[in-house]
Amino acid sequence: MKADQRCVMTGTHFINGDAACCEGALSAGARFAAGYPITPSTEIVERFAARAPQVGGLFIQMEDELASSIAIQGMVWGGQKSFTVTSGPGYSLMMEHIGLAAISETPCVFVDVQRGGPSTGLPTLPAQGDMMQARFGSHGDYVTIAICPNSPQECYDLTVKCFNLAEKFRVPVMFMMDECVGHMTEKVVIPPAEEIDLYPRRHASKPPGEFQLFEAGEELVPEMAHAGEGYKLYVTGLTHDKRGYPALNPAAQRELVGRLFEKIRRAQDELTMVEAEGLEDADVVVVSYGITSRVAQKAIQAARDKGLKVGKLRLICVWPFPEKLIRELAGKVKALVMPELNMGQVVLELERCAGGQCKVIGVPHPGGTVHKPVEILEAIERGAR
Amino acid sequence: MSTTELHVHNPVEDLLRQDRVPTIWCPGCGIGTTVNSFAHALLGQQINLQKTAIVSGIGCSGRVSGYMNLDSFHTTHGRAIPFATGLKLANPELTVIVYSGDGDLTSIGGNHLIHAARRNMDIMVVCVNNMIYAMTGGQAAATTPGASNSTTTPYGAFEPELNMAQLVDAAGACFVARWTAFHVMQLERTMAKALKKKGFRFIEILSPCPTYYQRKNNMGDALAAMVDYKKRSKIKNGCPTWETALEPGGEIVVGEFVDREREDYLTRMRRQLGSHYSEFPPQPEEQESEGCEKEC
Repeated sequence: MKADQRCVMTGTHFINGDAACCEGALSAGARFAAGYPITPSTEIVERFAARAPQVGGLFIQMEDELASSIAIQGMVWGGQKSFTVTSGPGYSLMMEHIGLAAISETPCVFVDVQRGGPSTGLPTLPAQGDMMQARFGSHGDYVTIAICPNSPQECYDLTVKCFNLAEKFRVPVMFMMDECVGHMTEKVVIPPAEEIDLYPRRHASKPPGEFQLFEAGEELVPEMAHAGEGYKLYVTGLTHDKRGYPALNPAAQRELVGRLFEKIRRAQDELTMVEAEGLEDADVVVVSYGITSRVAQKAIQAARDKGLKVGKLRLICVWPFPEKLIRELAGKVKALVMPELNMGQVVLELERCAGGQCKVIGVPHPGGTVHKPVEILEAIERGAR
Repeated sequence: MSTTELHVHNPVEDLLRQDRVPTIWCPGCGIGTTVNSFAHALLGQQINLQKTAIVSGIGCSGRVSGYMNLDSFHTTHGRAIPFATGLKLANPELTVIVYSGDGDLTSIGGNHLIHAARRNMDIMVVCVNNMIYAMTGGQAAATTPGASNSTTTPYGAFEPELNMAQLVDAAGACFVARWTAFHVMQLERTMAKALKKKGFRFIEILSPCPTYYQRKNNMGDALAAMVDYKKRSKIKNGCPTWETALEPGGEIVVGEFVDREREDYLTRMRRQLGSHYSEFPPQPEEQESEGCEKEC
């Protein structure tokens, strides 16, 4: 299905990443949101609070992030598309309900505009320190999808993508922005509504009585119905059977958790979203994501000017991690270099997938600002030796 | 004669998920009694059950949603109210009821209770108060009467108990009532009245917990609890909520304390937005199209 033109602000705009994210959500059909103010994410919901009533939607400012992160799930089961927006400390509070969205397969989007941490940390300065939290933050075993934009344009485009992936796989999708991308103002082109594809909700195709809420077909993603449609839904955070009824036994646990993992694992190729350049004859490949990829670009250019063969691999989708691609790449190059605005998170996964086939050089940074290109350049040179 | 022939249809059966019976509740527990009153209230008011959703948190009372043959949502500990808030906002046609326990709603979920009352969100909250954390094995709650024994207060609780009625009244609830599991008829009438009212409605029901609260405090069995409720209860409709504190061994003030008119959240939102709000009927093609036309 196509986007609704009443929600799409088609045209060329000069806006920041936060504003672009808001427009992306509206284009994707999200007219409902809940949130709690926190820098540097607040601009998203400020704009949404003004825009939503014009299209029959609303923003509610809840009492905290615990409330916001579950109110959006009420909105989804009430028949809407919904999302919430936060930054580090608020993201920590939302972990409980990321788990709920995972087990109840509630399609929704969590936007985290990352700032320096731990704790209150650096409210208005960038970091990428929540990447492992995006993957493993809630207790128990589950998988999510995490997407990282590196420009306001991508804040728009990829927000639409996040909603589509949430609907397609029925998972909470993490949109992992950072302070730089959120507050950076650039040209953003919003296409006409008829050029925006939306993945429609997997709505129950069977009538009440025949429909089982957690019965998954071949794709392992069940259909859903909404409250008030006569289905007598049973949705619980407990381990459940196909009807949604609590089933507190090892067999049900294996079936449910196994399926939650498998539905994403088998879509690995589709979820390998990267921007690659110069990988063919590279000795060293710089692997990065988010704002760091733009700093890395400068370092790559400088290294090439020195005659080094350097490739670029930008991860747009960080979770699930592009295992196959990294494994193949690691067999062909001398080194993989990963700069990130944390003390070394995603690099651990890079190392695991490289499996000792090449050097893996992390370029950690505690955040507060971005890397200096020379720091990345030095790592490239070490890798090329 | 077979048992099937002896079976007399109880209208309440239709409101319960028969395939989920028996319940997890202990013999003598009052939660089932409150559910019976609730089911009768729903039936008596000819509420459209297709458009009725019930939301619970975690705990013994948190299991109520799962036994009702309605749209049932069993959420996380303390968070039934914000989930219900989202549900109601997304589809204002729904009658949304939160049914949960004292620990869930007032302790871990206390902040949500305050703010939903303040917003006057159009939901009805039923709080079964057994004065203890029963599901986890009898620990002290914010509602445990001062000095009571529990597994985490072996020398008696060192904290006074919370008066929920006073709290939600102060926060702005438009309807506040309290009964006990002994007052089944009054409870049904109050629930019926609350179901028809718009805004944030709060009903507290004292319930025996023979397994933990009564046993830990040498209060006898469930029947003894009923006798106790009967003896100590005093009906005081319209009683100021600051006079309704539940002191250990003292009078149990019951009745409908607050019943006032206040504009609910959505009504107020629409009024204030005026022409800034645009109705959004779905586009016809939205309902028809199936699947992505291109790769998503």
